[in-house]
Amino acid sequence: MRTHYEHLRLVRDEGDGEGGGDGVAWLYLDRAGAATNTLSRDVLDELAAVLTVLEAQPPKGLVIASAKPAGFIAGADIEEFTRLDSPQAARELVGRGWELFNRLARLRFPTLALIRGHCLGGGLELALACRYRVVVDEPATKLALPEVMLGIVPAWGGMKRLPATIGAPAALDLMLTGKSVDARRAKQIGLADECVPLRVMENAARMLVLSGQRRQKPALTLRLMNGPLKSIVADRARKQVASKAPREHYPAPYAIVDIWQRFGGNALAVPAGHPASLEAIFRSPTAKNLIRVFFLQERLKGFGKSDDNRGDFAPRHVHVVGAGVMGGDIAAVCALAGMTVTLQDQTVERIAPAIGRAAKLFERKLRGDAATKARQVRFALDRLIPDPDGHGMRRADVVIEAIFENLDAKRALFADLERRATPDAVLATNTSSLRIEDIAAGLANPARLVGIHFFNPVAQMPLVEVVAGEASDEGALRCAAAFVRRLDKLPLPVRSAPGFLVNAVLGPYMLEALRCVEEGIAPEAVDAALVAFGMPMGPVELVDTVGLDIALAAGRALGGGAVAVPKRLAELVAAGHLGRKSGQGYYRWSDGKAQKTAVDTVPAGLAARIVAPLLAAARRCVDEGVVADADLADAGVIFGTGFAPFTGGPLHYLASGGEKPLDAASARRDDAIVSAR
Amino acid sequence: MSPGIYIIDGARTPFLKARNGPGPFTASDLATAAGAALLMRQTFAPDELDEVILGCASPSPDEVNIGRVVALRLGCGHKVPGWTVMRNCASGMQALDSAMMNLRTGRSGLVLAGGVDALSRAPLLFSDAMVRWLSGWYAAKTVGQKAAALHSFRPVDLAPVIGIMKGLTDPVVGQLMGQTAENLAHRFGISRAAMDEYAVRSHRRVATAQDAGCLGEIVPLIDRDGTLYKDDDGVRRDSSVDKLAKLKPFFDRKYGRVTAGNSSQITDGAAWLILASEETVQRRGLTPVGRIVDCEWAALDPAQMGLGPVHAATPLLARHGLGLNDVDAWEINEAFAAQVIACLRAWDDADYCRDELGLAAPLGRLDEERLNVDGGAIAIGHPVGASGARIVLHLVQRLRRDNLSRGIASICIGGGQGGAMLVETV
Repeated sequence: MRTHYEHLRLVRDEGDGEGGGDGVAWLYLDRAGAATNTLSRDVLDELAAVLTVLEAQPPKGLVIASAKPAGFIAGADIEEFTRLDSPQAARELVGRGWELFNRLARLRFPTLALIRGHCLGGGLELALACRYRVVVDEPATKLALPEVMLGIVPAWGGMKRLPATIGAPAALDLMLTGKSVDARRAKQIGLADECVPLRVMENAARMLVLSGQRRQKPALTLRLMNGPLKSIVADRARKQVASKAPREHYPAPYAIVDIWQRFGGNALAVPAGHPASLEAIFRSPTAKNLIRVFFLQERLKGFGKSDDNRGDFAPRHVHVVGAGVMGGDIAAVCALAGMTVTLQDQTVERIAPAIGRAAKLFERKLRGDAATKARQVRFALDRLIPDPDGHGMRRADVVIEAIFENLDAKRALFADLERRATPDAVLATNTSSLRIEDIAAGLANPARLVGIHFFNPVAQMPLVEVVAGEASDEGALRCAAAFVRRLDKLPLPVRSAPGFLVNAVLGPYMLEALRCVEEGIAPEAVDAALVAFGMPMGPVELVDTVGLDIALAAGRALGGGAVAVPKRLAELVAAGHLGRKSGQGYYRWSDGKAQKTAVDTVPAGLAARIVAPLLAAARRCVDEGVVADADLADAGVIFGTGFAPFTGGPLHYLASGGEKPLDAASARRDDAIVSAR
Repeated sequence: MSPGIYIIDGARTPFLKARNGPGPFTASDLATAAGAALLMRQTFAPDELDEVILGCASPSPDEVNIGRVVALRLGCGHKVPGWTVMRNCASGMQALDSAMMNLRTGRSGLVLAGGVDALSRAPLLFSDAMVRWLSGWYAAKTVGQKAAALHSFRPVDLAPVIGIMKGLTDPVVGQLMGQTAENLAHRFGISRAAMDEYAVRSHRRVATAQDAGCLGEIVPLIDRDGTLYKDDDGVRRDSSVDKLAKLKPFFDRKYGRVTAGNSSQITDGAAWLILASEETVQRRGLTPVGRIVDCEWAALDPAQMGLGPVHAATPLLARHGLGLNDVDAWEINEAFAAQVIACLRAWDDADYCRDELGLAAPLGRLDEERLNVDGGAIAIGHPVGASGARIVLHLVQRLRRDNLSRGIASICIGGGQGGAMLVETV
């Protein structure tokens, strides 16, 4: 018997059909009109209808699987969150999933989630409501409860069932960080019952759902931590959260701990006045802003998608000229992403260190059991080919120049590249301080040149600026963006202007911070103020990390001589104190850490003073058309600098007039930090 | 005579001397690195090859068909077949000959062929006694059986069998390769001093070739620590007859003449050539650097294996109506100094030529200025499977460098065989 729905497909095998008559029902999720499954209102409604049918005529077992090649379920429909207009609506949305998954968990016959590919948020909460979970051992299989990253809580049963399934410490770790586990790890921590290869997944699901096997209970200590010892675990979790995210900026992780500890994981049970209530989360701007950041990220991901049916640009071979830190690391991330890479420099001696660094990156990034990992590292290294003679440029789909910042050298190089590369190869420069137009002047067809501007450290920074010169060809820009997506990074289209977006906003910000230091404010105080504001790292420490020489050169290049260089910066560089890399800058560095002394006082309004030039620069970049609109400026500054995401970005922060109250909050935090030390 | 098979290009790794323990690269790492650099400079993509053939005398147990493993690692894609050939020291030359045969019949048009070995990674093996004990131990189910097994354990059985010594011992006559070289030294009265002088000359010639940039076929290797390997590292620039005279005989201890110093070195390395049929050269507009005109294999008493080149090259010369010195350049792989010297003496020896080769008159003296002018395996090393391909590759380079036209590369083969290839520039 088959029953058809819009988003679901139920196949029941009752002995008269195709599957051998074992009585197992298979429910396939296949949300209409979408590439991935999300749990929108109408999908949940259909699911409820199917449960009614199954309750009336129980099968021997139910397997829930996805019909989408992309994955299992990506989570709730975040679009629906943006339409919530009242706390009541939020409560209603939470209640819908909470009740439905409780109903799923109460079914009298065994249920099983067959998980291949992503299984996120509401998708994992659905899977947790099943009796068994089978995960398919593929790199794309990822299980996570990432709600916290959107400033919300896993309220469809995740806070109740995840701790019960894998124990509170591991569950809190997953819920509070939003990080994912792969298939093998899911099996290890008890989240999945079986981790199987694709070729046996249906068989495994069928056998397990009919097995009558009891789920193994978590160990006694884990059960205690989910029972009498809850408060100890909760306190520890709160401390860990507090070291990373203050409650006034990020209420959700605190709410998760509270709801698990005091309300049995049921967000609906929290009274409206409580700080962990749905009302409080709904009222705080953080969730709205983080959801905004999520959609900004989705917008960046959309760049490089082709607007016709030819399919996205899919480069197979990248040629990188310049094997220094940037060029070498760009080559490494390309090889890591599966591309064949030729790495050129004047001598093979200059290339060798980049291969060594790449090997370390591959060891760090590639996962799997020892044998799998060893193979993957080997294949990645095979794809990264030292090419001192530059043979690879003839065959590359993308050529990236990352040599020293010298206009004549770059022009000469591109003149040669233009002759030897294939006519449709993307020609790109990684320059950060030269004008695209000036470099393009060396080309017969200047329209071919685009900027692809990576940030250091390349492997960690999510943003890449795709720079359009005045003449740059639209198609080449789109290919460049598509290439950036292939590296799983976020392309930001910017116009050729000094510093593009990210360095143009960081420069004045770091300069203002250094001016404060000139005025006698301790670097520790400056950094503490900005960390309290929500920056991932203080600006003085950032200058030390970037390198004082680099900061000085960038300051001169961007300021064009109009900006006075802080005296202390020039003196430190002259003395060979270049920051982290030399062991001494504004701070003394040891073991990769800045040695800071305790801060006595943080002057009022310090963070606001230092952030102001950044906000102004972001505004100016929009006004001058460096980025197309304010949203892109916000996206670029958040993903390029780590600018406090809970603000929704610098311009959103300005527009929402939030400067005053936030600054008050940061001032309170400043005090808190001072007293904590 | 068919027009031969064209050599389009070739490359090899530096040959890295084994120094106590596994070297930085596995055999397939070596073949992949050299192959990737070679293929990158071609006008065709790796997946346009018709097949990949790799000679290897000791592939590791996890990549027994190393030819296919390397083809995949080179990015040739799923559809390019890869296979492995084994003819001991001539495995690399056998790969070239196998490629030629498939090119001649038209089965293939474009082939990547070469040889590799990573002798520093030769395994240590359990002795037969230890293997028997282990199977008993695993089969023991009861405590009593286990106790009995434990009781029968003899620590002496733990002594491993050194894989490379097995490999370098003739399984039929039971002699180490170095002992077969001693046989030749005895037969032709070759002195220790003559061998050591030959060895010093080999080192000196390689050093000169390195300084003059005559080893352009080498592509550098970089390991995972970012360490660069640019040159053959077994060369001893300070080698001298006095120094070599101090070494003790290795194979026939005390009374022998063959030492580690006048033998080839145990080394890791890979060498490749790209071969194409005439039709493919025309169709793809390739520019060949040379051609392999002909090939000959011969066999003889395993205890005399070092004379293999004499038995393989002589019929090749006869077939083409050539005398020893009608050939502009010779590469004879230097397994042992004694063995190369013995080859020269055999050709010049009327009795040997009559009795063993059936010739009315000896072929005479081979001009040593035509032989191994850039040194050989005594200085460079002998990664067994790679050497046969290396000498053909270098021969072509050498002929082109001096505008010469004809050369022969020949190699002796453990087990009593020899191989020879006649090469011409185009």
